[in-house]
Amino acid sequence: MELEKRILRLIENDAQLNPKTIATMLGEDEQKVVAIIKRLEREKYILGYNTIINWERLGDDGVTAMIDVKVTPEREVGFNNVAERICRFPEVSCVYLMSGTYDLSVIVSGDNMKDISWFVSHKLSTLDHVQSTTTHFILKRYKQENFVFEEPEQDKRLVVSP
Amino acid sequence: MNSKVNMNQYVSKVVRDIPPSGIRKFFDLVTQTEGVISLGVGEPDFVTPWHIREACFYSLEKGYTMYTSNLGLPELREEIAAYESRKIGVNYSPEDEILVTVGVSEAVDLALRALVEPGDEVLVPEPSYVSYSPGTTLVHGKPVSLMTYDADEYRLRPDILEAALTPRSKVLILPYPTNPTGGIMKHDDLKALVDIIIKHDLIVLSDEIYSELTYEGEHVSIASFPGMRDRTIVFNGFSKSFAMTGWRIGYACGHPEIINAMNKIHQYTIMCAPIMAQKAAIEALRHGEGEMKKMVENYNYRRKLMLAGFKEIGLSCFEPRGAFYCFPSITSSGMNSEDFCEQLLKEEQVAVVPGNAFGNCGEGYIRCCYAASVGNIEEAIDKMGQFLCRHRKG
Repeated sequence: MELEKRILRLIENDAQLNPKTIATMLGEDEQKVVAIIKRLEREKYILGYNTIINWERLGDDGVTAMIDVKVTPEREVGFNNVAERICRFPEVSCVYLMSGTYDLSVIVSGDNMKDISWFVSHKLSTLDHVQSTTTHFILKRYKQENFVFEEPEQDKRLVVSP
Repeated sequence: MNSKVNMNQYVSKVVRDIPPSGIRKFFDLVTQTEGVISLGVGEPDFVTPWHIREACFYSLEKGYTMYTSNLGLPELREEIAAYESRKIGVNYSPEDEILVTVGVSEAVDLALRALVEPGDEVLVPEPSYVSYSPGTTLVHGKPVSLMTYDADEYRLRPDILEAALTPRSKVLILPYPTNPTGGIMKHDDLKALVDIIIKHDLIVLSDEIYSELTYEGEHVSIASFPGMRDRTIVFNGFSKSFAMTGWRIGYACGHPEIINAMNKIHQYTIMCAPIMAQKAAIEALRHGEGEMKKMVENYNYRRKLMLAGFKEIGLSCFEPRGAFYCFPSITSSGMNSEDFCEQLLKEEQVAVVPGNAFGNCGEGYIRCCYAASVGNIEEAIDKMGQFLCRHRKG
């Protein structure tokens, strides 16, 4: 598992690293690395690959909200049934079970605020066992998945030094 | 004063006679070129870990802006003592055997000034970091080059040391792991030198600034051998291991009488290392190990990547086991080191450092630093491959 973890740590930060480079960096055979990645994908250790895009820079006015949801847990399944139902909505990108004053944290994206309020009032609040919701709109993104949105860090080193 | 007066005549002879740094000249050339991919740097590509920077801000907020004791903050010396005991198995007293300096550069300079009489010989393995020989010349000592070779993986051979000894030999510099080659000295390599060092009553300056960047086995210090502790000054610092080059913070550990002599110079010239850098160094030693290990793992990945790349484009390179440099031979190009670097910069906008900047026996080699992004390493090697195809002789 050690090798698998090392591969995962490398591609976690850069999904575009090709198997040949990974193999060289780890001192392993390229075919072996390809096989491991395929297996990790098949067995759902790797769930998928995303791209982090600064849509705002492209003038896109999309809206994202984080919604705190209070839920009445159900016997035997706890929060799972409700959480799974919420996951099925394509506009929902993340669902977490939280400690603290509310139970689920749901991240939703839409074209505008209307989309989100419609989703909350018509879909989310009306689900059985959902007691209440509190919606927080994201105003500005500073950092996401390790990437800083404004002014990427420049290499400030002297180009040649002893 | 009239601008036509030759002011150079006022500069002391010893300074005038020191040749200009080969790196400086190349640096000027690189800065005039646009869009350069640089493998020419001599420092980490990581920024100092945030918790260390944050500890420095906190110390400033708390008002730590004053002088410290000449030797350095007692808490820092205690952390250094614990670190060295853990890493090289040698115990130093924080009271009088550890001196905190402005980078290892200051510590090496202090040691040379404290030890070398005019005419004393300082033995310097080459190729190695650029400051040992000029540092010796400045104190009117005589630097003596000890050649090390690709075929020996740049280890210092006992026969080469022995052949260079004279009645004036006094100090031996051991800068391992080495900049620019990445060579290291393993336990048995060092053991083979110990008897010679003791027999000829040499003092060793062991510059271990790259010790954490050892990729095979554990770093071994010559100070840990029987009979060597008191005749060795161990130098280390935070620049390479904790990505803290700009903080200028290093230290020396050794016999109290030598540390005291070094401190005499230090107190009159520097007074003390900056307190904010000392505070940051305490944080690095107390909580920085995890982050440092991650950086080292990352260098190791890129070391393998660069080595494999050179192999693919047909540049022969011994496998460096320390620091963050590869030192491939460029003789297949038919060019000398400086021409190679200048042409490569001009034609492909890739900057590497000519090997002869680190001593004459670095001629025929170039230093390439893999503290660069994976993308830049791969692109630079591609470009070097195309360059070699055009220039390879025969």
